[in-house]
Order: sequence, then C-alpha cells, then structure tokens
Amino acid sequence: MSNQGDSSVPLLAGRDLVKAHGRTEALRGASVELRVGEILAVTGASGSGKSTLLHCLAGIVRPDAGAVTYDGSRLDQLPERRLSELRRSDFGVVFQFGQLIPELTALDNVALPLMLAGAARAEARVRAGAWLERFGVRGQEGLRPGEMSGGQAQRAALARALATGPKVVFADEPTGALDSLASEQVMTSLVHTARESGTAVLLITHDAQVAAYADREVRLSDGTVAPAGVAA
Amino acid sequence: MSTRHILLGLLEAGPSHGYDLKRRHDERFPQARPLAYGQVYTTLQRLVRDGLAEVEGTDADGGPERTLYRSTDGGARELTRWAGEIAPPAPFVANEIFAKVVVSILAGGDPAAYLRTQRAAHMERMRELTAVKTVPGADLATVLSADYALNHLDADLRWMNTTAARLTTLTAEVDAA
Repeated sequence: MSNQGDSSVPLLAGRDLVKAHGRTEALRGASVELRVGEILAVTGASGSGKSTLLHCLAGIVRPDAGAVTYDGSRLDQLPERRLSELRRSDFGVVFQFGQLIPELTALDNVALPLMLAGAARAEARVRAGAWLERFGVRGQEGLRPGEMSGGQAQRAALARALATGPKVVFADEPTGALDSLASEQVMTSLVHTARESGTAVLLITHDAQVAAYADREVRLSDGTVAPAGVAA
Repeated sequence: MSTRHILLGLLEAGPSHGYDLKRRHDERFPQARPLAYGQVYTTLQRLVRDGLAEVEGTDADGGPERTLYRSTDGGARELTRWAGEIAPPAPFVANEIFAKVVVSILAGGDPAAYLRTQRAAHMERMRELTAVKTVPGADLATVLSADYALNHLDADLRWMNTTAARLTTLTAEVDAA
C-alpha cells in the first residue's frame, strides 16, 4: 500500500499479515497502515479477508505471520494480559450488530466501559448520558437494546465505543443491518465525532456509499491488498 | 431534464423575471449544470408562445427594467401532467464505462486495470459528494441531489465490481484451457 508521500509514522500498521482459519488462508500477506485521526475504509468482496484483517489489527487474534505495530510497539507480540489492557484503554470496537448487553439500558451500556476504566458509577452515568446525547440518542437512555430501533441501538454502540476516548475505533460493517437513512445517521455521527476527537477509524464495509465517508480506501482481494487504481 | 417544466415549477411560487429564475434554479439544483441566461430567456419566450406563461409587467427596482413572467392556468395543468408522468427506465445500456470494457476485451487490452482506475475515480467523486451532503446545516436540495448522484455512482461501482470478478473468472478459464 502506498503511504501517499506522508512520512509520518503510522499509528497502527499491519505488515505482510498471514492468517489461516483451518485450511483456508484468510490473509495472504496483507499490509495496511492507519495514521493518527485517519478514517480508513477497508472494502472487498465477501471472503476477501476484511474481518480477519480487523481482528489482527485490533489484537483480537494473532496473525500466523507478519507484524502488527501499534504506536511503535509490536502488538502481536504482547502478552495476553497487556493486550487486553491496551484494547480496553486505546481501542473501541463496533460490530454489525452493536453487541450491547441486552439486560442493560442504553445508559448503563455506555457507562460500563467508563466504570471499567475507573470512573465511579454516578460519574460514569453522567458522562454516558452526554455521549448518548452527542450521538442523537435522546429520550431513550432507559431503554434496553431490544426496545430500540436498529439505528438507535447502533448509535448507542458507537457512543459506548467512543466514550472511553480510544485512539482507534474498529468498526466492522457498522451499518450492515441498517436501511440507508439510518446508515447515514450512524455514519455521520461516527465521522463527526471521530474528527472532533482525533480518533482514527478502521471501517470495514462492503458498501461503497459507507466507504465514501472515509478519507481513503484500501481494497482487499483474496487476502491481499488489491493494487490501487489512481484517479485521474 | 426539461428546463421549460422546471421554470414553470419555479413560476408557481409567483411572478418572477429571468435573472431571478436562473438564480433560484441554480440554488435548487446545486449539482446540475447552471442555466445560461440565454437559455432562460429563450425558454420563457417559448412558454409565452405556447400559452403556458404570460408577461405580468416590468420591474425596474432601481436597476435595468426586467420583464416579469407568471404561469397561466394552462401552464399549471401542463406542470401537473409532466410532474406525474413516469420517466422511462433507461431502456438500453449506453454507458461509456461499459463500452470501454468491451472494447478493451476486444482489443486485448487490460480491462481490469481500467476498471481499477475508473473505480478509484468514482470513489473519489463519492467522497466529495458525501462531504458536501454531510456539512452541518446542508440544505435539503443539496442533500437530495448528492444522494441522487451517489446512488448512480454506486450502481456503476457495483457493476464494475461484478465485471472485475467476471474478468478474473474468465482469465482463469482461459489459463486453464
């Protein structure tokens, strides 16, 4: 992948990543860089290795070969406990289905990571309310995920992912289950908030209209980064 | 696009002169090509000739004298007819991208490389349009016209993705033969 002439050190980089699931090689030497505050779309057909790439870069799985570097250190070589701490302090993750805890209200879902990071319950709930408001989830703080629309639940999931001030948000098909208007609201919320806070976003999507919210696109094909076409 | 019907639609809000109609057209259809003044005045004269608009009077307003036009009852009926008329879904493919891919295959060129480059150009334009429509406070006309363009570019992209995948299959079949 081209660094587009930018000499700054990437915040997060995967180099020559290889990862197999059984006999299937999901990644076959993929390399990608994410800079501070950048919104990067990773696109590609089903089975091209997009989600596996996200899992490797987020430290959820370790690659079979290659290196993942975060903030100058080898992420893929960190012991599990340290990796777990780093994921909690520096990373936020959103999946296609927000994965909010169904038994908790929207407010408590967002407050939970703040409490895990050390905030007292009352303070965490105040901050969580502010985050929900920022994502346009008003008047629904007391609802459980099953009582909210898909778009509202996904915005609550984004609020939860961003509430702890992560340096990187990993979003895997965050609008995959939403209609186009709800998708637009979710993406607008995500992009505006990420830009305000300088958070980098790695956005996995198969939808070009979602990818168009990003600064740049990397396209995967058969587990490698496809050669980039250069727009005239 | 029917300029005469769009001008008729703008005249429905009340009498107006050519300069004002051009300005309102360009505001309402920000992604469309701006109307030329000559086109506006020619179209207004034809609307008058066809009984769909008439001259209301003149308006100087401290500057040069301008002719004010207003829609007639016939103009209102024509506008209603046109606005409810179904636009025919494109009956055939007359697309430059499609033509270039076919020609490239026929000429033994590199259609996959062309598709990658075209795809990057489409994505760049889609990023620009997305930025335009997500500016806080963007008006509805801007959002709707950006959405329209985005959806058409997206349709092109889907076709390009499928075609690129088909080219790969075709190449594999040829290599295996």
